[in-house]
Amino acid sequence: MENKIVIHENSFQRMEKKPKELGTVYHRSLWKDIVNEIKSNPVAVFAVIFLIIIIIAALLAPLSPYDPNKLDLANKFAAPSSEHFFGCDAYGRDYFTRALYGGRVSLLVGFCAMLVTVFIGTTIGIFSGYIGGKLDMLLMRFTDIFLALPSMLLMIVLNTILKPGMVTLILVLSLFSWASVARITRAETMSLKERDFVIASKNLGAGSVLIAVKHILPNILGPVIVAASLGVASAILTESSLSFLGLGISIPHASWGSMLQEAQTYILDKPLLAVYPGLLILLTVLSFNILGDVLRSALEPKIVK
Amino acid sequence: MLKYCLKKVGQLAIVMLLISFFSFAIIDLAPGDISSMYLTEDMTEEEKQIVIEKLGLDKSMGEQYLSWAAEALQGNFGVSLSYKTPVMPMLLKRLPSTILLMGTSLVVSLVLSIPLGLIAGYKKNTWIDNAISGFAYIGMSIPSFYFGMLLIILFTAKLHILPSSGMHTVGVDTPLDTFIHMIMPVLTMALGTMASKIRYVRANTIGQLSEEYVLAAKAKGTTPAEILRKHVLKNTLLPIITIIGMNLASLVCGSFIIESVFGWPGVGSFAMEAIGKRDYPVIMAYVMLSGFILVVGNFVADILYSFADPRIKRGIDVANGK
Repeated sequence: MENKIVIHENSFQRMEKKPKELGTVYHRSLWKDIVNEIKSNPVAVFAVIFLIIIIIAALLAPLSPYDPNKLDLANKFAAPSSEHFFGCDAYGRDYFTRALYGGRVSLLVGFCAMLVTVFIGTTIGIFSGYIGGKLDMLLMRFTDIFLALPSMLLMIVLNTILKPGMVTLILVLSLFSWASVARITRAETMSLKERDFVIASKNLGAGSVLIAVKHILPNILGPVIVAASLGVASAILTESSLSFLGLGISIPHASWGSMLQEAQTYILDKPLLAVYPGLLILLTVLSFNILGDVLRSALEPKIVK
Repeated sequence: MLKYCLKKVGQLAIVMLLISFFSFAIIDLAPGDISSMYLTEDMTEEEKQIVIEKLGLDKSMGEQYLSWAAEALQGNFGVSLSYKTPVMPMLLKRLPSTILLMGTSLVVSLVLSIPLGLIAGYKKNTWIDNAISGFAYIGMSIPSFYFGMLLIILFTAKLHILPSSGMHTVGVDTPLDTFIHMIMPVLTMALGTMASKIRYVRANTIGQLSEEYVLAAKAKGTTPAEILRKHVLKNTLLPIITIIGMNLASLVCGSFIIESVFGWPGVGSFAMEAIGKRDYPVIMAYVMLSGFILVVGNFVADILYSFADPRIKRGIDVANGK
């Protein structure tokens, strides 16, 4: 058999390792996951755009030429026009401006209540899940009881007794909603604290607080963000119900809920006054709910679409 | 199983106790001195002292709570401040119309949401599913009082078909008349509770449709309608029991808001009126009553569910090491 190997000068040169074509590398950060998921869902894009518009509009409310609380009886029940986009209410106040200022209150209450809720919920959840044992059991019984309380009923009653106002409202709203966040974060913490990287850093001498903040918190961020988005939705909804019952934001300041309460008086003659603020509540809450569900499918891959 | 029931009973007792504390604290936290509501200018110091003693206001907070709780257990919630009559009979008199409203809405929402959920799950990701899911989303996001107001605008202000408030037309007392008055409140209340049920049934249907028994039924030549009706429906209905228990909360609180929107003469609007007048005994009794309905409803739903679905019972027994 003929030897086909040809030896030439280059044969004894050092072989260079050819760089191999790698497969796609995923730098999957939390933020990218979220953006991709939202981009792939047109309804979610609309929800996000609407939320951005409504938040900017509420922030820019002072630019409106009208004073939301100034009475102007000449314009009583003025019809919608190019001067007054939504018309005027029973006291001649520009309804569009009032809706913007109302949006400030509603959104602020929603966001703050969500922040307080998430803060209390994650703190208790991580603490309870990380410590474990008797204390965990005790805290979870406590949480169960809060979950079982008829929250709306108690909120109504609490607001009757307490002095109505934004801070009261935010505290009362978060008092009755931290429990579910605590449940979620506790469950996640329980599974995380058995993972190798947590055990490794514990063996390296990291303290409990460091582990909780540096290792556990970033890894439970997904469920917490989802809970936060749905939390804003339910806080705005509950706030509007309470204000509608006259137990939330007090006159002359307005939130969307208290605007509806005022509009109810004139509902048979001036139905438009009731339509605008309600529509704003509906669209805002809807957007946060959609966003929450989209985030859930982006951040919690366990759930199959 | 017994352990599970006992645990639930324990939780029920604690929650009721908490609600009662809370309800009692209303009087204590309320602004102003309670005794001032009972005292009048022309009383002598001695008479005032007698009234305060009679009300038990000279005792400590703990003693006051105990004596109040003892009375409350016997159904005595004191005398309404504005009507000057005992609270409980007034509440009980209004309870039937609230229960009528709640019961009808529950039935309506069940009858509508189960088929909708089944269809949405069966036609997953088609336009039908999208429409039904979108409807559920809106139902979840719309404030119930706003939907009620929209109905009033449409049917009363524009079309003049339905009456906007009350339970009867003055001087008319026929079932048909009550029915006409009920349409809008029932629809409003049902919409709020439908959303969660539709989503639940849909998710469950999707889960069940991928089970092997469905494949077997298909292989036998069963039509899709029959698979849905005979096989999937049965398996999705079980968890509905729990959902109904959960819905009870939104029904009770919903009745509070919806009754005041539609002027329905039930317990909710009565309590709302009491809140407006700061009539504390009525508010306390209402909190206790609806808290009781809610907690017991949830309890019954939990227990029923574990009986209806043997898997749950077995799961509990396994957890207890049996």
